[in-house]
Amino acid sequence: MREGFRRWLDGEDDVLAHVMDSEEVPYRTREEIKEERRMVSREADREKGTEVIAGIERRSFRAVYSVAAVVSCVLLIGVLLFTIAGLPRYGMENPRTTEVVRRYVEKGLEETGAVNIVSGLILDYRAFDTLGESHVLFTALICVMILLRIDRKNMRTGYEDYYMIREDRLFDMTKDNIMRGVGMIVVPCIFLYGLYVLLNGQLSPGGGFSGGAVMGAGFIILAAAFGMKPLDRALPERRIRFITFAALSFYSFAKGYVFFTGANGIPNRIPKGTPGAILSGGLILPLDIAVGIVVAFTMFGFYSLFSRGSIGGE
Amino acid sequence: MSFITNFPLFTIILSLFSGALCMMLSGEAARRYTLTCECALIAMAACVLGYTLSTGQAFTYVMGEFPAPWGNEIRAGVLEAMTAVLFLIVMFCAVLAGRKYLPIDIDESKLNLYYTLINLMTAALMALIWTNDLFTGYVFLEILTLTSCGVLIVREIGRTTLAAVRYMIMNLLGSGLFLLGVVLLYDVSGHLLMVPMRASIASLASDPGNMTVLSMAVGILTIGLAIKSGLFPFHYWMPDTYGWATPTSGAVLSSLVSKAYIFLLVKTYFRAVGIDVVRRMPIGNILLVLGLCGIVFGSVSALRADHINRMVAFSSAAQIGYIYMGIGLGGTVGFTAAIFHIFAHAVTKSALFLTTPRLAAVSDDSLLFKNLQGSGLRDRNAGIFFTAAAFSMIGIPVFAGFASKLMFGTAAVSVGSPLKLILVMVVLAVSSLLNAMYFIRTVIRIFGPAPDTAPRYTGFRPTYNTAMVILTVANILLGLFSQVFADLIGRGLMMFA
Repeated sequence: MREGFRRWLDGEDDVLAHVMDSEEVPYRTREEIKEERRMVSREADREKGTEVIAGIERRSFRAVYSVAAVVSCVLLIGVLLFTIAGLPRYGMENPRTTEVVRRYVEKGLEETGAVNIVSGLILDYRAFDTLGESHVLFTALICVMILLRIDRKNMRTGYEDYYMIREDRLFDMTKDNIMRGVGMIVVPCIFLYGLYVLLNGQLSPGGGFSGGAVMGAGFIILAAAFGMKPLDRALPERRIRFITFAALSFYSFAKGYVFFTGANGIPNRIPKGTPGAILSGGLILPLDIAVGIVVAFTMFGFYSLFSRGSIGGE
Repeated sequence: MSFITNFPLFTIILSLFSGALCMMLSGEAARRYTLTCECALIAMAACVLGYTLSTGQAFTYVMGEFPAPWGNEIRAGVLEAMTAVLFLIVMFCAVLAGRKYLPIDIDESKLNLYYTLINLMTAALMALIWTNDLFTGYVFLEILTLTSCGVLIVREIGRTTLAAVRYMIMNLLGSGLFLLGVVLLYDVSGHLLMVPMRASIASLASDPGNMTVLSMAVGILTIGLAIKSGLFPFHYWMPDTYGWATPTSGAVLSSLVSKAYIFLLVKTYFRAVGIDVVRRMPIGNILLVLGLCGIVFGSVSALRADHINRMVAFSSAAQIGYIYMGIGLGGTVGFTAAIFHIFAHAVTKSALFLTTPRLAAVSDDSLLFKNLQGSGLRDRNAGIFFTAAAFSMIGIPVFAGFASKLMFGTAAVSVGSPLKLILVMVVLAVSSLLNAMYFIRTVIRIFGPAPDTAPRYTGFRPTYNTAMVILTVANILLGLFSQVFADLIGRGLMMFA
């Protein structure tokens, strides 16, 4: 043990050499890389019909392009600065531009029941925008699933083995003791904090988006420290899909109900609760939970898809 | 208040819910569900159209308990309802006619995700049409941006991925500029809802010192939407995006998505900024010039294209130029012409993108002109539908394209500026000639004599033919009753103010 420690101090032995497996990347000098690029462009030139385009692109086009890019950026910056100079000054009392804000600040607590006015604003006054915003995240998740989830089309034939090896390597990452140790301590705290931020959205700064992001980060650290396998067992893809679906449709229908009653003058039967208590703000708490679930699973889904091309290992 | 006033809300909520639901279903079930859902949406939008026509006025719908300047709102008038009905019909036809290609182009495990995207896209289109709030417009514009990239990459070949990256960059640039414009307008006016914003801007604009900031804000917003809809010189993403997408996506992207941005622009001009204020800005003339350039350059590029989808896509760039030309001419006549052309182009271009893959399928899966010789004889249905749509693009009477060109001419005359009149007339003439050149050439090519003209598809294909017949009939109806539609659009524009 002591012998090993001394050898490590002297730099003769790398204790992580057998734990972390890193891919050997052959070292290349800058000249070699440049030469390879030159070879590629020469190959492209040889293809019929591309000589002219490639020639233009290389010499005159590049020059014109850089000059035009700089000029248009400088112009845009100038125009925007000029515009900003004409805007009303920050913090100035202006009855026209502060009419809406004043109502939010003065009556927000009374009308929405939320101490945190921002939550009341995004989940009650302008809940329709937030409904769209949570679906933006969902759409992004779907797009990444389409792009990265491994299927017969984006797995290049002849490379199936490569993908298997890549996945296996990821499952093997759990040997890292530092990650495991830190993860053991940090992950519960992160989840607790995320839940706190999520559930206190109507009382203090926070809410669905921020709490969900914290919990998503917790999932990612969990997966990085302990590997995907335990998470796959707890959250297979079907379950993730179902929970996301349930959260989104709950949001749609709960808000649909509020919109419907509000527009038709039907009394809204959802109690507002005592301002300041955890169960207050009417629908804000359940909606925050729904948004938080969508955000957390979207973040975890991105991580999972980018690292191995599937959610829940299916 | 009639129960029908709830329908705009239902169309949005139902589509959003369908999006989430389709993720849970299998591909086949998702397809059936989506088509049924689209039918229900068409019925709802048609009810709204009937209701607004019978009451003769638009209605606003408060989203929640908080009225105008504080909470969200949506709004429905004749123009919104008409656009919604037409967009939903085109969407339905595109899904129905392109469905045979979806299992070929998309991996089986991702078919349901495709329908998820289609439903979310429908929700975003509906929200952009009904919205009465600029920021709601921005949120659903984001959904539209993401879904339009999604339906493009779903084919998972190198070409579409590359096209999607380029499309995404241009689109995000456009979204960013639009958001910047909205923020500037919010900063000076203090409102996001369209009607209070317009009142606030009207009082601001009475002081000429404020016009610079207002022009900048509206200008940035306009540029953002122009980039997203592909106005010259931002049209170079079009051929790859439309040309390589799976047919349903190509049809939907070219005929609905880019038009929804223009519709939002018109709505912003009329309802959020006020058309009188916009008229005092130099934006109209810039849009007119860019539109004219787009018409010429789009047509020239289309003439030089070597495969049919590329040609059709470049002709889209020219048609977008027409629409912006109408907006640039201004006045009720100009805007009516622009919106009529949105409708005409939506039914025509989707028909073209849905027929070209069939022509290619009987020509060794090649879209190159030289291989398409006689393809219209090998697949007569597709050939006939293509020809009808091509005639509409050229502007042959009876079809919608003729009516819209006539309207553009009338608009140019009514503007009362000789220079604009001459410019517009010359460009209309040149572009009609160019249109005729490349479309007639294509029609001759696909019906030309070829060594092999034996029909490949003899069986009756009900779903494809139904969808294409609906699109062609809609095209002819728009052409025959153009005056009726123009009157309706005029009434809708009056309701905007």
